[in-house]
Amino acid sequence: MPIFSFLAYPEKSMKDQLIKDLSEMQYCEVKPSENREVLILLTDTPDEETSKTLIDTIKDLKSLQSLSMTFGHTDL
Amino acid sequence: MTITRRDFIRAMALKSAAVAAATMFPGISFASWKPTDLPADSILWSKTPCRFCGTGCGLLVGVSGERAVAVKGDPNCSVNKGLCCVKGYHSIQILYGKDRFTTAYVRKDGKMVATPIEEALDIVAAQMKSAIEKTGKDSVAIYGSGQWSIPDGYAASKFFKGCIGTNNVEANARLCMASAVTGCLTTFGLDEPMGCYEDIDNADVFITWGNNMAEMHPVLFSRMLANRKSKTHVQIIDLTTRSTRSSLAADKSILFNPQSDLAIANAICYEIINNNWVNQAFVTDHVSFHTGKTNIGYGTEDHFAFSDKAETVDFEAYKTFLKDYTPELAEKISGVSAEDIKYLAALYGDPEKKVTSFWTMGMNQHTRGTWINNLVYNIHLLTGKISSPGNSPFSLTGQPSACGTVREVGTLTHKLPHGVVMNEDHRKMAAKIWGVPESNIDPKPTYHTVEMFRALDRGDINFMWIQVTNPMVTMPNLTRYRDGAKKDGRFIVVSEIYPTPTSDVADVILPSALWVEREGFFGNSERRTQHNAQLVPKPGEAMCNTWQLIQVARRLGFEKQFPWSQDSYIEDIWNEYTKFHDSPKHRMASYKELTERSGVQWPFVDGKETRWRYNGKYDPACQGDTWDFYGKPDHRAWVWLRPYEPPAESPDRDYPFWLNTGRVLEHWHTGSMTRRIPILHKAMPESYVEINPEDAKNMGVVNGSKVKIISRRGSIVMKASINGRGNPPMGMVFVPFFDESYLINEVTLDAFCPISKQPDYKKCAVKLEKV
Repeated sequence: MPIFSFLAYPEKSMKDQLIKDLSEMQYCEVKPSENREVLILLTDTPDEETSKTLIDTIKDLKSLQSLSMTFGHTDL
Repeated sequence: MTITRRDFIRAMALKSAAVAAATMFPGISFASWKPTDLPADSILWSKTPCRFCGTGCGLLVGVSGERAVAVKGDPNCSVNKGLCCVKGYHSIQILYGKDRFTTAYVRKDGKMVATPIEEALDIVAAQMKSAIEKTGKDSVAIYGSGQWSIPDGYAASKFFKGCIGTNNVEANARLCMASAVTGCLTTFGLDEPMGCYEDIDNADVFITWGNNMAEMHPVLFSRMLANRKSKTHVQIIDLTTRSTRSSLAADKSILFNPQSDLAIANAICYEIINNNWVNQAFVTDHVSFHTGKTNIGYGTEDHFAFSDKAETVDFEAYKTFLKDYTPELAEKISGVSAEDIKYLAALYGDPEKKVTSFWTMGMNQHTRGTWINNLVYNIHLLTGKISSPGNSPFSLTGQPSACGTVREVGTLTHKLPHGVVMNEDHRKMAAKIWGVPESNIDPKPTYHTVEMFRALDRGDINFMWIQVTNPMVTMPNLTRYRDGAKKDGRFIVVSEIYPTPTSDVADVILPSALWVEREGFFGNSERRTQHNAQLVPKPGEAMCNTWQLIQVARRLGFEKQFPWSQDSYIEDIWNEYTKFHDSPKHRMASYKELTERSGVQWPFVDGKETRWRYNGKYDPACQGDTWDFYGKPDHRAWVWLRPYEPPAESPDRDYPFWLNTGRVLEHWHTGSMTRRIPILHKAMPESYVEINPEDAKNMGVVNGSKVKIISRRGSIVMKASINGRGNPPMGMVFVPFFDESYLINEVTLDAFCPISKQPDYKKCAVKLEKV
């Protein structure tokens, strides 16, 4: 049951789209910055395989420029 | 309000991201989110220094029941002001790896057998006694580290130097800080930096010399970036042999040929003099000029010996010496354009700019490590940019207590807690405080680290106790020293927390208590001593390293010297140890003050910390209110005339590449702790060899291709990384050493600085083969 947090950077002018894309995904919680082009993404998945699939899906989003992990815990 | 562990971890994950964002974007806000308030009674938070690098970040460790469950930065600690790096945030997980040693093991009929720790300690004591009786006191040795808590190192020094009477005490800080020590001693007469981290908030220019702070000292790097963000004129200049994350963040990155920093530093000084940027008043009043021996060798042979001889010269002789280092001549050695050298000199020489120089292993792991430390000090001394806010030449430490334990307690062969074994007054002081006859303390140093392991290989040493370090990964030219440790007739004791290649060669493994499982002190890079209490129970029969030493010392008959009870021995040791530093030059805070505060800087005089040494405005040990370099008899800092000399081994037709080794952000040194933190392991699961894209193309190598790295000493096969985290120039490869599956030190060379005896892990010659 892994929990990760990331800083997610949108492609230029696609912050709102990235918020929408991530908010619609299961296991994702999004905290956008109100004054910077970055948002916090928290993933809380039932198992490692789901986590890996989810992150791969997120990485394929066209609205996402890059993803930088800031925390991870897998031993729950 | 109730909160589950899962809620808690989610809250910590969000906080970690918010802190990371705040580091990169000062002033960032997340209006839609407020951190979850946790019930105050569910977690008990206590301060501790971080277990990892020498930055000395203050942490708050949250304990629930008997388990450490969370970490956050200590906002009361001036080092990090509440920030941590990725290793710090995950640090408590090092306590709970599944393969912790919780019992002792003894080799019986070739197999390691679980053994009660008291029985194992009996065996250690008996083996030590037998070795001393059969082959003499200098056949036993202890090898510790900058991860030793201060009481560990103090007990080891007292036991071996004071009681047994051997100077066979060394620590792995010899591999990372020795050139910084000899640099300080030769220039200032006393060890450790004169400045402090407040320099980061005050400097206008930062020049990093062979130093990837973004990965190795990320919290201090963040402070640098924050300063630059808040003041538009602040510049960061990265002088480096390989492009790194620090290069990407710098305002300008300048690549130089390995070893040629010696020529660059001299050329900067030439330019400063040539342009009349010398602070004449400072130089006249506070500086003297000196030469030493040249063509001093590399120490690759057993029993290598060297002692320098200083001769005083004048400023005119110095100017004449520098004529060999015009920017144009230095360009030919260094590959750095004369224009860039002049640019660097102009930054240092501008009287309106405050300049801080930072360095770590690039300058210290160097066959002329002492010299390059001297030469960077020369730049600051010529311009008078030293010992004042923002003006600071500063060697950053790699380990949490390399300064506190190794440099201050003096766990090196020639050192005592105050002074050196060669000095009769220092021996008398030690003997008096330790309660041993003065004749017990041998006035002659024995083996520095490389020579100590050579002595083990030769059989001159046959008993070695290794605590808190992993030499079977870190020793250069490793194959010789590993084979030596495994020879018949050698008895190796290893105090450890997890299995390592070093515990693999042990005859006895003693399970150690780790970090907040025992009480202790660390001393960080800026002369800050930090106390930690025991916050969680020790697992199984794990025992504090200090207590292990006390137990064996008592078994050898030294009860009088180690009389303390288990309830108070750390405090008792602190009170005894600080007698060695009871002067305005090095007075330390009391045990009570250290338990209450998030670190205290020495000299600590009349309740006041000293931020800048050698400056009478700040340092109570100075005579007068101006600069006083009181470590030297002439009360002056010494400018040294040190030439460029080539490295011990350079690329040639047979071995055409430089090999450079180092570290990565996620892993602490040999990875024995951080590789057991799942998230760090996943982020950086294995080592690799960085290859320049052009070299890779010429070899037909792509990312992930297997490449064989071959030197005159050994070879290793690993995966290629191209345009990855770092990028070496053509003709160089870089390998991180954190991964025990890829022992890159079987390839490196055991050449060292003849003055500091610190090996050079940054330069040897290799060839590459596509596998």
